[in-house]
Amino acid sequence: MKITMRAALLASAVAFASPALAAGTGPNGEPLADDQTFTYRVLDEHSSVDPQIVEDVSGSEIVRDLFEGLYNQDADGNLVPGVALSHELSEDRMTYTFKLRPEAKWSDGTPVTAGDFVYGWQRLADPETASPYQWFVSVMNLKNAEAITAGEMGVEELGVKAIDDHTLEVTLESPMTYFPLTTTHASTFPSPKWVIDEHGADWTKPENIVVNGAYILTEHVPQERSVRERNEMYWDNEGTIIDKVTALVINDENVALTRYLAGELDRTEVPAGQYPSLKEQYPDQALSFPRLCNYYFNFNLSDMGPEATQDVRVRQALSLAVNRDIIVENVLQGGQFPAYTFTPAATANFEVPEIEYANWTQAERDARAKELLAEAGYGPDNPLELTYLYNTSEAHKKIAIAVSQMWKQTLGVNVTLENQEWKTFLETRGNHDFEIARGAWCGDYNEASTFLDLVQTESGYNDAAYSNAEVDQLLKEAKAMDDPQPNYTRVEEILSEEMPVIPIYHYAGVYMMVPEISGSWPVQNVEQNWYSKDLYKVAE
Amino acid sequence: MLSFIIRRMAVAIPTLLVLVVASFYLMQFAPGGPFTSERPLPQQVLDNIEAKYGLDQPTWKQLLDYVGGIVTQFDFGPSYKYKDRTVNDIIAQGFPVTLTYGTISFVLAILVGGALGIAAAIRQNSWLDYFAVGITIGAQVLPNFVMAPILILVFSLWLGWLPGGGWNGGQWDHVIMPVIALSTSYMASIARLTRSSMLEVLRSNFIRTARAKGLPDRTIIWRHALKPTLLPVVSYLGPAFVGMVTGSFIIDTIFSTGGVGYFYVNAAFNRDYAVMMGLTILLGSMTILFNMVVDILYAWIDPKIRL
Amino acid sequence: MSLANLNPQQPKTAEMAEHMAEVKGRSLWADARVRFVRNKAAMVSLVVLILVFLFAFFGHLLTPYDNETIDWNVLGNVAKVGQPSFENRHYFGFDDSGRDLYSRVVQGTQISLMVGIVGAMIAVIVGTIYGAVAGFVGGRIDNAMMRFVDIAMSIPYMFVLILLLVVFGRSIGMLFVGIGLTAWLDMSRIVRGQTLSIKNKEFIEAAVATGVRTPTIIRRHIVPNLLGVVVVYATLLVPQMILTESFISFLGLGVQEPLTSWGALISQGTSTMNYGTLWQLFFPLAFFVVTIFAFFFIGDGLRDALDPKDR
Repeated sequence: MKITMRAALLASAVAFASPALAAGTGPNGEPLADDQTFTYRVLDEHSSVDPQIVEDVSGSEIVRDLFEGLYNQDADGNLVPGVALSHELSEDRMTYTFKLRPEAKWSDGTPVTAGDFVYGWQRLADPETASPYQWFVSVMNLKNAEAITAGEMGVEELGVKAIDDHTLEVTLESPMTYFPLTTTHASTFPSPKWVIDEHGADWTKPENIVVNGAYILTEHVPQERSVRERNEMYWDNEGTIIDKVTALVINDENVALTRYLAGELDRTEVPAGQYPSLKEQYPDQALSFPRLCNYYFNFNLSDMGPEATQDVRVRQALSLAVNRDIIVENVLQGGQFPAYTFTPAATANFEVPEIEYANWTQAERDARAKELLAEAGYGPDNPLELTYLYNTSEAHKKIAIAVSQMWKQTLGVNVTLENQEWKTFLETRGNHDFEIARGAWCGDYNEASTFLDLVQTESGYNDAAYSNAEVDQLLKEAKAMDDPQPNYTRVEEILSEEMPVIPIYHYAGVYMMVPEISGSWPVQNVEQNWYSKDLYKVAE
Repeated sequence: MLSFIIRRMAVAIPTLLVLVVASFYLMQFAPGGPFTSERPLPQQVLDNIEAKYGLDQPTWKQLLDYVGGIVTQFDFGPSYKYKDRTVNDIIAQGFPVTLTYGTISFVLAILVGGALGIAAAIRQNSWLDYFAVGITIGAQVLPNFVMAPILILVFSLWLGWLPGGGWNGGQWDHVIMPVIALSTSYMASIARLTRSSMLEVLRSNFIRTARAKGLPDRTIIWRHALKPTLLPVVSYLGPAFVGMVTGSFIIDTIFSTGGVGYFYVNAAFNRDYAVMMGLTILLGSMTILFNMVVDILYAWIDPKIRL
Repeated sequence: MSLANLNPQQPKTAEMAEHMAEVKGRSLWADARVRFVRNKAAMVSLVVLILVFLFAFFGHLLTPYDNETIDWNVLGNVAKVGQPSFENRHYFGFDDSGRDLYSRVVQGTQISLMVGIVGAMIAVIVGTIYGAVAGFVGGRIDNAMMRFVDIAMSIPYMFVLILLLVVFGRSIGMLFVGIGLTAWLDMSRIVRGQTLSIKNKEFIEAAVATGVRTPTIIRRHIVPNLLGVVVVYATLLVPQMILTESFISFLGLGVQEPLTSWGALISQGTSTMNYGTLWQLFFPLAFFVVTIFAFFFIGDGLRDALDPKDR
């Protein structure tokens, strides 16, 4: 049996590529503005624009504009053709054969070939490259990935091969249904070997760089700005509307907002708590939409954790006493979602299970919390004392203050707040040297396992040191299941019973965006993988 | 004086070396490393990265290699955080920026602060004195992290006269606000030091003698009082200059100027060891150089002071 | 203190000189007090400063609220319902987390005054002694001492603070250690510069010629002549110390929520100043400004009063 995704992909490709050709009109026939430049704020300098080296969000945004991988995402997060037009899957579900677009070219005129992908992926896996995303070849489940990253096997053994210039064959270690989803990740983009050989580490400097994406890097002043402009050699240059994209580094979000209001920016983040009043003043500019991230508190269940929170009743009580509605409506105020499950509701194909206490009123929860804490033996004569650890940041601080007061006012728990600078915090939390500590996670891909895998015993990010054999088993089974939802539901239920972590809220992206551009912003894309080539500014 | 400079230069090298060794070990003891991240890297990946940067070597070996790289090739190493840049790149790009607005602020602070201080001292307890003291205290007590956003609010948002940030190769309109925000508190400190020092000098015997001889005020001030007045001010300039470089962190953060101040503080947060070391050496050299210049100025101000 | 004290029958010249200096010293202080009291600006400032102290230590008696309890009706709507008001006894309004700002300013004042004063004292004591010794002794010792200052000025301060946190854990005491570590450096440079110049004055040469011991010269002759600059510079350091505290706390070493300080309050107020809650910046900044003004005038008053030439 041969499964082909061609039809589906082709359909979306047609829907996507047909418009935008008439000068002065957008994909849906809107009149376009004369000025097609997009300027946005980034919090911090990007780490790199080398696809195999980049590790941060703002860098990946740039890399997605400069390079194009096998597939892109559309405004809803679905796969659409990039350099690859389609793929076929072999009968054993282990070999993918990608048909590449023959007209794709690098910015120096060289055609984009399957070999460029092979080189890019081998480069990613190569211990010599020392990519911080080297482990992504294991996430992709490529054949021999583990052995190559360990340096036990040469990179040429990696499960990727160029059949001819426009046919790429990928072999997996074992079947993995969501493999095509991983090809939108920046680290899987092709790299120009001849340029890297010539310039070495300097190849990403604006004067040297060669790209295959819709934009080319023209200017980079570290800690100030980076500019990318239309790449005339891009295969869909005709369909690209935005001419120039500028990322301005502005560390302070309040200053960024001021500069946005002064007209210097087209997009900036809304500081915590300011969304309602901005929405009132600028109804067509303040935007809020769900993101694929959660925010939670870790209990320390390791040997080093406090005795009190080893008691499930104490954990339950503390969780029940957190008024999530206040956190999202009065503290963050940006359209975030109160969380009673670990996995955000925005996750694709994830159905939020019925969690009992989610439907209670806060008064009911508080009453139950008091009972549980009393049962556990804590009360006015024997007050519970806890320390909450967070890393220094305005938003984390606000949440810490609010929750510590909830615990104090409802349960009489005395909470000592402790903040630490980021790396110290990571080290302290990683060493399980805390009582309760904040945590947050953004999905690597749009599937519930990206979240639930964190509570596996073996997970590297299981700071709560939670271990439950049933959970591990359920998650392991889920990998090979066509419909893993029942397992996910069960895991969430177990989590709500044992409460190793307290889910607090699920993220929202909260932006100020000029109305000219917000119409084309992919608000439905919960991973916020946006491509400047799909944006356009309409005339007012 | 030449022999003094040579002697001091000779001492500067071991001084820097002590600084390098102390800073290097200090950083190693701080929790977390350059590759500690929210999502802990798999051990294998971490090993590969550390091998690439030589961080798997014992500390003394790393230190030797580092110092060796500087001495033989003037190579200050790579940035672990901004992976397509080297420390040399970062300094080459950021230092001129910091130096530009830092020097303008410095000169402005000395000229305006000095003038205000002298004027206030000469007319002690007059309206001019109160005015100068009032201004300088006002400038001093408004911390620059408060002043900088206010400037942006006023000049960018309300008046729309100046861009709210960026450097743009140092065009004048991008330089104004950083200079105001950076120079005012130094200006105020210099004014207050000058005023108090001048008052002290004006009361000293030799000025009284000069006055008694009937010399005109102008001559007394410029010929006789000014030089000794400058002594404590000059002492202050060494630390002040260093403070401006590190203090420019707030300027770089708020105005996105891209100077080394931001990298200096952020490299510490990121545990970006090589960047941190490079900037520490830069800062240390500046400190040593400036304090040497200050010592030479002492001898010029008061010839009795031997170098 | 010295062996000579055990043998009072045979006073040495040095001893005599010391006694003389002591007598002179006493009159200096008495004189200074008279002159200080006559300085109006300084006296007004002293009153203001005392009021600020009283506010810090008794201000909480005037309010029914504490510095940590959140008013849930205000949280999230501070700009509209959190204004300062005498009717509901939230004199300074609410902070951004819906807590009473008045009691937070009261408590922040305690911390910041302590930090400012302790920091300035460390700077004055350590910096003056260090600088005076280096400047007076001179030569190799001066060179070594000043190169040490060069190094201490350029060492990455943040790592020192983080290390303090890791080794000793968080406490208010460590905050002062953190502040003290840098506070004295600039002062020692300035004091040394002055000492170099004073050392060549006739009265020092006279003291040296009569065989007065070095520590005595420094204590009795050098330091009094430095006081003017030291006092003025110390007042310049106070605001710097108060703001340094918020950086140290940022790293996790200093004060933590719900405790606060002027630095933290001002920086929080600054971040929301354009969002209709200007009082959150105004009140802490006003206290900071008034106090710094008071310190400055008192500093100037002290300088005038202590000037040995002005007798």
